[in-house]
Amino acid sequence: MSALTSLTLAEARAGLRARQFSAGELARAYISAMERARPLNAFITETAERALDMAAKSEERLRAGAARALDGIPIAVKDLFCTKGVLTTAASHILDGFHPPYESTVTEKLWAAGAVMLGKTNLDEFAMGSSNTTSHYGPVENPWRKSGDNRPLVPGGSSGGSAAAVAAHAALAATGTDTGGSIRQPASFCGVVGLKPTYGRCSRWGVVAYASSLDHPGPIARTVEDAAIMLGAMAGHDPKDSTSAPLPVPDFAAALKEGIRGLRIGIPKEYRADGMPAEIEALWQEGVEWLRDAGAEPAEISLPMAKYALPAYYIIAPAEASSNLARYDGVRFGLRVPGDSLDEMYERTRAAGFGPEVRRRVLVGTYVLSAGYYDAYYLKAQRVRALIARDFAAAFETVDCLLTPTAPSAAFAIGEKMDNAIAMYLNDLFTVPANLAGLPAISVPAGLSDDGLPLGLQVIGRAFDEATVLRVGEALERAADFQQRPSFAAGGG
Amino acid sequence: MALDKEAVAHIAALARIRLDEAELDPLAAELSHILGWFDQLAEIDTSDVAPMSSVAGAGLPMREDAVTDGDCPDAILGNAPQAADGGATRGFFAVPKVIE
Repeated sequence: MSALTSLTLAEARAGLRARQFSAGELARAYISAMERARPLNAFITETAERALDMAAKSEERLRAGAARALDGIPIAVKDLFCTKGVLTTAASHILDGFHPPYESTVTEKLWAAGAVMLGKTNLDEFAMGSSNTTSHYGPVENPWRKSGDNRPLVPGGSSGGSAAAVAAHAALAATGTDTGGSIRQPASFCGVVGLKPTYGRCSRWGVVAYASSLDHPGPIARTVEDAAIMLGAMAGHDPKDSTSAPLPVPDFAAALKEGIRGLRIGIPKEYRADGMPAEIEALWQEGVEWLRDAGAEPAEISLPMAKYALPAYYIIAPAEASSNLARYDGVRFGLRVPGDSLDEMYERTRAAGFGPEVRRRVLVGTYVLSAGYYDAYYLKAQRVRALIARDFAAAFETVDCLLTPTAPSAAFAIGEKMDNAIAMYLNDLFTVPANLAGLPAISVPAGLSDDGLPLGLQVIGRAFDEATVLRVGEALERAADFQQRPSFAAGGG
Repeated sequence: MALDKEAVAHIAALARIRLDEAELDPLAAELSHILGWFDQLAEIDTSDVAPMSSVAGAGLPMREDAVTDGDCPDAILGNAPQAADGGATRGFFAVPKVIE
């Protein structure tokens, strides 16, 4: 681990401003770490030249004493964010060769804050998956291995490349998106911090759409403070996204200093799912005690509809996906497979361009929206969604946030859980409810499984109260003192 | 709810995804399994609950009905798949003939 790539984002920023090293030196350290990380397949596209260019511009501002919030900070971008002139794939064959003529709002804000782009990270195709094994560009490997077992493990998904890159110190932080857990579950699997903000906090403009009412852009970082700094740069009202919230962006990092004394922490009893591994149950209990020791007041609460969140999600998300993905037809961009008629061209293009999981979700979505089934499936799921949101609203009358495990397991081997779609969907058990209700939630690494793999705890908060979620996340981070490093670290000397 | 292969073929046609005959039976089994899992939602009484389509605040924001973008045909056509007749290079997206 080189001295430069072992720094946190907050430390690197301070070091740049104190002129202990230059933006170019930091960028070069991360470019070589990114190159050493190639065995993980975390990046689809590396943009080293652009990184050096951006670092040079940051360096000028740093020298002039006019540093912006993220000047000189090398980050990775999930390849679901459109980046002007840089290949954007959504990890799908159907977007072959697509170079967006525009920049997503979130990345635009990051570059305006001085961040340096290292490259575009791998993901599950169209963000549909929990293991990063559905990518057209091949699976990502988790930098962690089980103790005494050298089989490659999944990094989680769908933001698996982003989480793996940050965990391997091949990027200082990364963007992710979270539709049902796609920031928090890979963060838990890779031993890093993942924050899904409130729906509407970060603009979705220029992010390839999966399920528009559930998609949330957010950061992945190595510490809670770093996630707070990243969110500050990514968030804010955007007139180009009609669901973007017209609210000011608080100083999230400053909120961390407030501590958690007196905060009421809800422990949802329904999350004690049958068959939850004992080590996860024990870690959760430990988390409760950590927060009590830090001055918070844990209390059991009830979310009666919790068990219905997953089937409701797997109706609503594919329904929205089947509509959003109708645009991929081979006419205006991406892959085209010729056909004798227009319909034949559409059908052949979409058959060749979409992988099995995307096809499965488009077909499920088409079915639940089709005449005769719309009420029974789609409207029913939307009514259940309203009840799930109501459960959270009732809980937040008596508590300030909720504490749960992030995922029902640690990382599993590449190839596992592939024969049964529902077994894979169960990864999202604890993360999906916050997407349905649009609430902010963070995953913080809290300990290791018996096999030596990272496990995360999740904090869910009130809408637009990321500050409290971050404060409680920081208290967990401090108590857990998670110092373990993955077996594969790219940020070497 | 169990789907047969005819139903899968119908959905695939609606979704404009070409499937081989051999793919229909396995997909019918997979999709039936997933739809069966959805049936647990029937346990919940939702008769007095309005469907929730979004958590975003009420109503869509309005803006002045004015042109805010455009005049960039090259940027728009720049990603078009190359057509044999060079359609994309002449300011059009090219598709197979749709009228006789």
